[in-house]
Amino acid sequence: MSSITESTSEAVSHRRWVKVSHWIVTVSFLLLAFSGFEILMVHPRLYWGEVGNELTPALLELPISRNHQRDTWEESKPFFDSDESPVSAARTSDELMFNQNGWGRSLHFLAAWLLIVPGVIYLLIGVFSGHFRNHIWPKRKELTAASVWRDVKDHLRMQIAPATGGPHYGLLQKLAYMMVIFVALPLAVVTGLTMSPAITAAYPFLLKVFGGYQSARTIHFFTSLTLELFLFMHLAMIIKTGFTQQIRYMTLGK
Amino acid sequence: MKRKDIITRRKALAVSASALGALLLPGCSKTSPPTYGSLLRMGDALTYNAQRTLLPGQSLAKEYSFGEISSFPATGTINPADSSKEYYSEEYERLKSGLFANWRLSVEGSVTNAGQYSLQDLQRFASRTQITRHTCEEGWTAIGEWTGVPLSSVLEHAGILPGARFINFYSYDGWEDSIDMLDAFHPQTILAYGMNGKALSIPHGAPVRLRVEKQIGYKSMKYLQRIVVTDEFVDPGDTGWAWYVGI
Repeated sequence: MSSITESTSEAVSHRRWVKVSHWIVTVSFLLLAFSGFEILMVHPRLYWGEVGNELTPALLELPISRNHQRDTWEESKPFFDSDESPVSAARTSDELMFNQNGWGRSLHFLAAWLLIVPGVIYLLIGVFSGHFRNHIWPKRKELTAASVWRDVKDHLRMQIAPATGGPHYGLLQKLAYMMVIFVALPLAVVTGLTMSPAITAAYPFLLKVFGGYQSARTIHFFTSLTLELFLFMHLAMIIKTGFTQQIRYMTLGK
Repeated sequence: MKRKDIITRRKALAVSASALGALLLPGCSKTSPPTYGSLLRMGDALTYNAQRTLLPGQSLAKEYSFGEISSFPATGTINPADSSKEYYSEEYERLKSGLFANWRLSVEGSVTNAGQYSLQDLQRFASRTQITRHTCEEGWTAIGEWTGVPLSSVLEHAGILPGARFINFYSYDGWEDSIDMLDAFHPQTILAYGMNGKALSIPHGAPVRLRVEKQIGYKSMKYLQRIVVTDEFVDPGDTGWAWYVGI
């Protein structure tokens, strides 16, 4: 690969594998965000540790569906003969709860395949072609306090460098892409896998790493939120630097 | 999960599915479940096949200490003896009033010894007690101690015939579902008659429920009535509800 000439040339456009994987991951991410929100609506309470349910306190309760603060339980029955005994209770009413998890979960896991398979291929090509080293990883000379500060100031003043049509990224842009490629998306995948009973049976260290199923679920949620914030920033920057032209660069390459 | 809705939709779907199935089945290969038509379920099938290929076969789900037992909401069907409900079962009501002394678990299909097992029969097998996490598809979890007989003991007693590939389960609340042999012979897959040191309560599936610790909660069927060993699997039946939920 002629990655060295690529990074010095001004008129280089995105490589085909970058364009293809960019759009596959985009589609996958939108489906995951949509179906993930749908799954969360069924039980919009977040917890920490291994256990969390409607009979235990929540870390955070999101008012996003009619299942929010559902409290129609019959009298709690203690399991053991002690004051602090865990309890059991059944729902009493026939209230209609929101649950579309049948297709919701299936769509989520189908879209996850669309993220994981092209994602791994993207990472492999990215490493071996020098793409990450040349375009995503900041150069040592870029990483000075002065240049970081300059880029932050430019962004605050909304003075964004015009689109180059290829992988010539600004410093903050590189840092943002690094966070998404190497931290947020892998974390979303791994915390997702930690919620799978079959996978944690095979790899129990996953539950240890995240401190339990519910912690992994909570981290999964906040990682997703971070990625959605990134998406909004990414879109804002695309619009600021010429939406149509940018979409053309990432789709047709010109 | 709101079973009342699901059963209604399931009925509608069962008709269309069987009509569709009549068209599709002759062309279907029997090598790998789930043999679904829709794109969503192709994703489920991909997950099932990937897990069966990549994951070690019989690794155990995490077991917890006694002190980690937690509060446990009972969702889904809460009492099949409630005549005001759509899932009401007259037979279940009769068994319940007799304290389940007349309850029998029927084991039939591709077995050498088809038979009926009373609660005492099941308790005569060596029991297994495990403190495990119930993971609901809704997103909540709870830890409970389950005591019961490994499903494998009952299946070995009944004598599975070669060629059988699935264990189908039928419950008093009208639910039906199935698991494959790998899950059926998993050491933590048990027919549970005890929870937290007591007899299983009605909200948690009395007198006997299934525990499939390597899948999501809804595969652990409550109010067991009948087990059929077969080479065809039954499907929970609702749109998109995955047959395999190891993820």
